[in-house]
Amino acid sequence: MIKRILVLIIICCVACVEQKSNENSAAEKEAVKIPTYNFEELEKNLPTDQEKTYVINFWATWCAPCVEELPHFLKLNNKEDVEVILVSLDMPKMKETQLVPFVKKRNINAKVVLLDDPRSNVWIPKVDENWDGAIPATLIYNSKNRKFYPRKFDTYQDLLGEVENFKNEI
Amino acid sequence: MKTLKILTIAAIIIAASAFAVNNVFEGGEASNSSENGYDIGDVATDFKLKNIDGKQVSLSDYSTAQGFIVVFTTNHCPYAKAYENRIVALDKKYNTKGYPVIAINPNNPDKNEQDSFENMQLRAKQKGFTFPYLLDEGQKIYPQYGATKTPHVYILEKENNELIVKYIGAIDDNYQDVNAVEEKFIENAVDELLAGEEVSVKTTKAIGCSIK
Repeated sequence: MIKRILVLIIICCVACVEQKSNENSAAEKEAVKIPTYNFEELEKNLPTDQEKTYVINFWATWCAPCVEELPHFLKLNNKEDVEVILVSLDMPKMKETQLVPFVKKRNINAKVVLLDDPRSNVWIPKVDENWDGAIPATLIYNSKNRKFYPRKFDTYQDLLGEVENFKNEI
Repeated sequence: MKTLKILTIAAIIIAASAFAVNNVFEGGEASNSSENGYDIGDVATDFKLKNIDGKQVSLSDYSTAQGFIVVFTTNHCPYAKAYENRIVALDKKYNTKGYPVIAINPNNPDKNEQDSFENMQLRAKQKGFTFPYLLDEGQKIYPQYGATKTPHVYILEKENNELIVKYIGAIDDNYQDVNAVEEKFIENAVDELLAGEEVSVKTTKAIGCSIK
């Protein structure tokens, strides 16, 4: 009897281990790469292709208005001359439990980076001197100009309109 | 296929960053955001708001206070949660010195059930709030102060029976790790006020959840 139970336990253990390794390999296939940057690193890694307009959206998975406006940014990212960069302000310790699953589940096609820099009193004024740190907030820039929008975009037309205005200002 | 896609994206990102210049965040012109709320030196309004014990609370109830640490905070916001213990510590340290903490939830509970009055009561109990936690019913008070997010702190000092705004901003300079804090903005400001000095750092910025 004891032998039988032991065998059962061993089988269970092996099954568990196998299942776990399967899960791991499946997770690897679906891996979402989200770099974690401090502010200086973020700054260094921002692209500035002459031909493009870049749209940086400061957001977080727990921020309801951010999540509401997210589809507009993903739609905007389909335009050839626009690139959207989603700068997440999720808590770094929640990256694997919140941010990565969110990005996977929503099939987010834009570049996502995690900004892990608690010295917000230093870096917020560098984004815009009048920004008080409330999110969502968006910065549009190209090689010549930049404009900051400390607000939510309620519709795609609203966002697209601001991007077109921005382009025409130059 | 997916790997190829990721590799391509990575290659594009690397290629693009090679041309990156560092001026995206520099030289930003003054933005169009208008400040309708208080500036430093303004007279702050008193209010009468419902506390979690059901009683109405006004700043004028505190006849012996020298000033107040008014904290706009809320239940659901992770940045606000990160500061709850620190807000309790502030009240413990400064209440007896004449600067009690008054917490106000500025969010409309209809927009997020987590911010309801019942959940405020629950949260205050869980975290052992030693100070009033008021609901800005009708959302009339936070716009007067100009609060835009949680947490957002205003230090007021009583001068000739008026409440003068002495500091607006963050609690300290590290929301993630209390042990890594280098500047305790609120403590420094209240200490200076208690010493009869001018507040040296009057405004600071921090990430927070926009008020809904």
